[in-house]
This record gives sequence, structure tokens and C-alpha cells, in this order.
Amino acid sequence: MKISFPRMGYSYIAFKWLVENLGHECIVPPEPSKRTLDLGVQHSPEFACIPFKLLTGTYLEVAEMGAELIITSGGMGPCRAGYYWVMHQYLLDELDQNIRVMAFEPPLCDLKDFFQKLYWIKSSSGLSLHAFLQVLKVAWQKLIAIDDVEMRSHELRPLEINRGQTTRTLWKALERLDQADTLEEVETGRLEGLKHLDSIELDRTRRPIKIGIIGEIYVVLEPAANHYIQIMLGEMGVETNRSIYLTTYARTSTIVDLEGDIYAKARPYLNEAPIGGHGANSVGETVLYAEHGFDGVVQLAPFGCIPEIVAKSILPRVSRDLDIPVLTIFIDEQTGKAGVQTRLEAFVDLLERKRISKESRRGR
Amino acid sequence: MSKIGIPRTLEYFLFFPFWKGFFTELGHEVVVSPVTNKAIVEKGVEEAVNDACIPIKIYHGHVAQLADRVDYLFCPRLVSMRKGGDFGTETFCPKFLGLPDMIRATMENIPPIIDTRIDLKKGKNEMAAVCREIGASLGNQGPEITRAYKRGQALQEQYQALQRQGMLPDEAEERLFKNKTTTPEKTGPKPDLNIALVGYPYAVYDHYINAGLLKLLQKEGGRVFTQEMLTQAQMEREAETLPKNMFWYFSNQVVYGALHYLRRSEIDGIIHVTTFACGPDSMVDRLIEIEAKKRSQKPYLSIMIDEHSGDAGVRTRVEAFLDMLRYRRDKR
Repeated sequence: MKISFPRMGYSYIAFKWLVENLGHECIVPPEPSKRTLDLGVQHSPEFACIPFKLLTGTYLEVAEMGAELIITSGGMGPCRAGYYWVMHQYLLDELDQNIRVMAFEPPLCDLKDFFQKLYWIKSSSGLSLHAFLQVLKVAWQKLIAIDDVEMRSHELRPLEINRGQTTRTLWKALERLDQADTLEEVETGRLEGLKHLDSIELDRTRRPIKIGIIGEIYVVLEPAANHYIQIMLGEMGVETNRSIYLTTYARTSTIVDLEGDIYAKARPYLNEAPIGGHGANSVGETVLYAEHGFDGVVQLAPFGCIPEIVAKSILPRVSRDLDIPVLTIFIDEQTGKAGVQTRLEAFVDLLERKRISKESRRGR
Repeated sequence: MSKIGIPRTLEYFLFFPFWKGFFTELGHEVVVSPVTNKAIVEKGVEEAVNDACIPIKIYHGHVAQLADRVDYLFCPRLVSMRKGGDFGTETFCPKFLGLPDMIRATMENIPPIIDTRIDLKKGKNEMAAVCREIGASLGNQGPEITRAYKRGQALQEQYQALQRQGMLPDEAEERLFKNKTTTPEKTGPKPDLNIALVGYPYAVYDHYINAGLLKLLQKEGGRVFTQEMLTQAQMEREAETLPKNMFWYFSNQVVYGALHYLRRSEIDGIIHVTTFACGPDSMVDRLIEIEAKKRSQKPYLSIMIDEHSGDAGVRTRVEAFLDMLRYRRDKR
């Protein structure tokens, strides 16, 4: 069977390997392009958020490439994302696309459905239970390795002497991880990737501004949706710390819930959690970044994202109380790279001046 | 005795009689903000976060109207109305969940907010518990609160019964609180079209933001059916016909209502009222559109209202829709 899935950042490398090693043909979703967006905008409801539109476009593109099944995640709200797959199936049927969307709902809600789907995947792969679990394990390690090298790259990029070297090294490391087939190879790929990143020529005397990136998961994770914001900031000499990685997300959203802490941080400002998506997280994470001495926070969200609008209306108060500037960027189909860049440059300027005046006050 | 301010929007249309009965019985005075008007909308647009949807902006406007006239602002945190939806996960739109915090963070000089959490899926005694919490915070005693709770409930039941008989909320409210027994003379022609009008109560029943849609329909010879005229059982039946329920209480009510009216042969057409930038409605509207096409031959019209909606725009579309319905009927 020809299987595809939504694309989110570099995670496609691990998912591609997973699908192929389950004995299916993988249709790798292409990086969202102008065409993806145009297709998505044309066929999605006007006020659907940008992740919905990009996914509509992606699904239509993979359908063209011959995909028969899309595996995605469900959700139990109140963020709209949990209803995406239903709506996408409706839209794809309307367009006479012969493609099925299969969604994994949170296992805590419907354990039976979850295992039925898992069982279907296992039996369609023809693997023994042991081999099946082994494949899942390698894919999971791959995801962790991908996140590890990416995280390191964002720390190093602001210090690089030759602009673009970190990004090129990261891509090479990702290519190596793409080739890895066993747990050992993944681990070697991860260590080598980190080693190559660490051997980049750096100027350690720089003191980069530190910015926390918070917001809605899709636009935070998918560089093509946020105009490569982390690379852009890194090349402006800013160290970024992203609040969400797929591996942390998956770790906290299963049976063990590590997000309770974040909600406690948000409680003085937002006395209800979760409020869907990463709305309450955004408030809590801003508090955390302020406590950890970050210079500023950038909130990324799709235009019309309900939980992030709630967060946005509350963040000015957090920002005032804790003295941490917050820049909110709502992304829609009209957002251009130059616009984002101008706003970021102005924001970074502001943060630099703020730091200088703070330090001179302290020096006096 | 305190003055309790209740904004005349959002959940107002859903269970105002309950709270009016409850607070009055406890000896407090209920102050309701005026009917939505231009000044309220403008004030709301100015106060609220600019990305918010129109209903939330209007809510801010109503709060501003009440701010210096009351001792407490009643803005409960609506979490759930019942154990509904798939696996009992039905809740409200995130903006309802964060509403008290949004008001607190964005507006200045507002009275203390009663933001009690209303999470009725926990059990059938939950509402009584909520009332005890609110009553206690206002300094009332146990037995009083129980009596007030019962009074509120009685009024609420009457209110819903009147709506199920086909009465619109403002008529039902007048009947309940002003003891008007005669229904006002209906002007205009005898209705010859049956129109199902679905949408959130705060869009359907707020005559200002929907540019007088209800009156317009009645004047043009339409008999209006809304989802509030249905029983829960009638709604529930539709839940099973969907691949997955929505997560939001109001949205589910709209979808069930629309699906129910699609089955009814006497209904000539369906109108969905939606508000600008409403997140859930981006899904709801397309879902009803697709299902209407799949399940019936009934024409479907979607009307989006925003802060600029003049009545000319709405009027033109509604008149064209009704003309088309008559043309279809006569051709058959």
C-alpha cells in the first residue's frame, strides 16, 4: 500500500523509514511550497487555520503522487486540529480523491480503537510482533536523534564564523540519519552529527541574545510554514530555544503527563488548562523563559488559532509583570518572508538595547 | 445585597432565566447590559485583542457597559454542559475556557469577576455545587442557596419549554419576567416558507449583530425554526450519524440542529448564521454544507456577520434565497 503522512519539520525522515520498514511504499510528503499553499487555500474553508490549509495542499499533492492512505493524528479538542482528519476526509471525498485518512486518537480516550489501528498496521506489514516493535523502536530513536542534532544546531548557529555552515552541517547529519537502518547506526549517526556540529569554527566571544520560541505546534515545527525562523534568527546572531519538539510532545501526551508543571506556571494568569492546542503552554512557557533569563519570546501561531489568541490576549500582562518582551507573529497565507524578517530585526534590536541599558544600570 | 452584572451576549441567551432567578431569590440585584448597539461593538473592538472573533469582541463591549455600574461581573468559566461528544470530551471553544482571564488581562477598572468553573459533565449534582460556591462567595447561607437554585431551575425549565413550543428567547423572557400572556401581533404576510435557522444563540438571537435577520425572515413570510426548539433527544439522534462529533457544545448543537432539520420534509431551506473569524465555524459551516448536499435536496445559505454588516447586505442575500425557495417550490 502507498502510505503518506503530514509533514512536520524533519520528522519525515523517521516516518519514511517507518513506513518502508513496515513493508509499504512511502510517498514522502513534499516540503510545503507555494503550490501546496495555493491548493490548500483553494479547497479549504476560508477561516481554517494555516496548518489545515497546508495539510489539505499536501494531501492533494501526495494523492497526485499515488498515495492511498494517509496516517495522521487525531485529538479530542478543543483545538480544531483534532477534527482535521474528519474534515480532510470530507474534502478529499468531495474532490473525488481515492484516498483514506486514518487517524490515531489519543489512546487514553479510545484504547480499543488505538490498538485496532495499530494491529491493522502490524498485520499489514507481515512482521512478527518482535520485529514490529523493533521497527517502532528504531523509528523512535531516529526521531530523538533528529531532534538532538537540530537542537544543537540552534545553539551553535549564532556563534558560527562562516554563515550557513551550521545549517549545511545539520543537513549532512540528517542525510546520514536518513541512511541509518539499525539502532547502532542511528546512534553512530547521532554522535557523528553532533561531533561534526561541534567542530564548526565558532566565535565564542559573542554573547548571543536568547529568544524562546513558543506557540502552535505545526507552525513552530515546520520551517516552511514559519519562514525558517530559527535559521533566520540564528544567522542574525540570536540563540533560539524552541518549546516544542516532536519527541518531547510525544513523551508528554501519552500516559505520563509531564505538562502539569507548565500549567502550574501559567495558573496565575490563566486559571484553566489545557485550553486546547498549546494555548496554556504558551503562557506557562513565557513564564519559564523569563525565569531562565531569556531576553525575549517569539510567539508563533497560525492566523485565527483559537488557543493562541487566548494566550496572546494574556501575554501582555505576563510580559509586563516579568519584564520579558513578547513578539507575536500570526502566520497566514499572505505572510511574506521579508515582513517576518523586518519585524524580527526590529525585535532583536530592541532586545539588544534593553540588555545594554540593563547592564549599564547594573554597572553604575 | 450586591449588584451582579450579566452581559447580554454569549451564554446569556442560553440560561439567563436561571441566573436571574437564582440571584434575585438570593436578594441580589441583576443588572443586564443593554441590547447590543453600535457603541458596544465599537468599544469591544477597541478593548479586545485584535485577532479575536466578533462575539468575543462584543462581549468586551458589554463588560465595559457594566463595569462601573455593578459590584460583581458574572463571567463564569464554561467548561462543559453535559457529558457529551465522543468519550464525553465535549467542552467549549478555548475562548470560553479562557474568557475570565482574557477579560482580566486586557481590561482595566473592572469589578471583581465571579468566574466559577461550570463543568457539568462531572455529575448531576454539579450545578447545585456551582451555585453553592457562588452563593457562598456572595455571603449567602446554605438553605437560601438551595431555594434560589430551585427557583432558577424552575424558571429555566419554563424558558426551555416555551422555546420548544416555538417561541423565540425574547418572547419567552418577556412571558417569564413581565407576565405578558398575549403574543404580539405578527406583522407581514402569513408565513408560507419554513426556514431552519441554525447558528450560535448569540448570533441568531442578537438582533443587532445579525442585522435583524429574524425579523426580516418573519416579515418576508418565513416561519423560523431554530435548534433551541428541539429536544435534547431529537438532537442526540443525529450524533450517531457523524464520523466524529465536534468538541464544542455550541457547535454540536448547531450541527445536530441542522442535521435534524435536513430530515424534516416541511423545511424548505436552511440558513446558517456564522460570525467573522469564528474558529469552530470554519469546520461547522463546511460540514453542514457537505452534509446538506449529501443527505437532502434542501438549499443551504451561509451568512457571515461581522462588525460592519449593514442590513442591506444581509437583506439582499436573504431575499434572493427566499425567492429561490419559492421558485423551487412552485416549479415542483
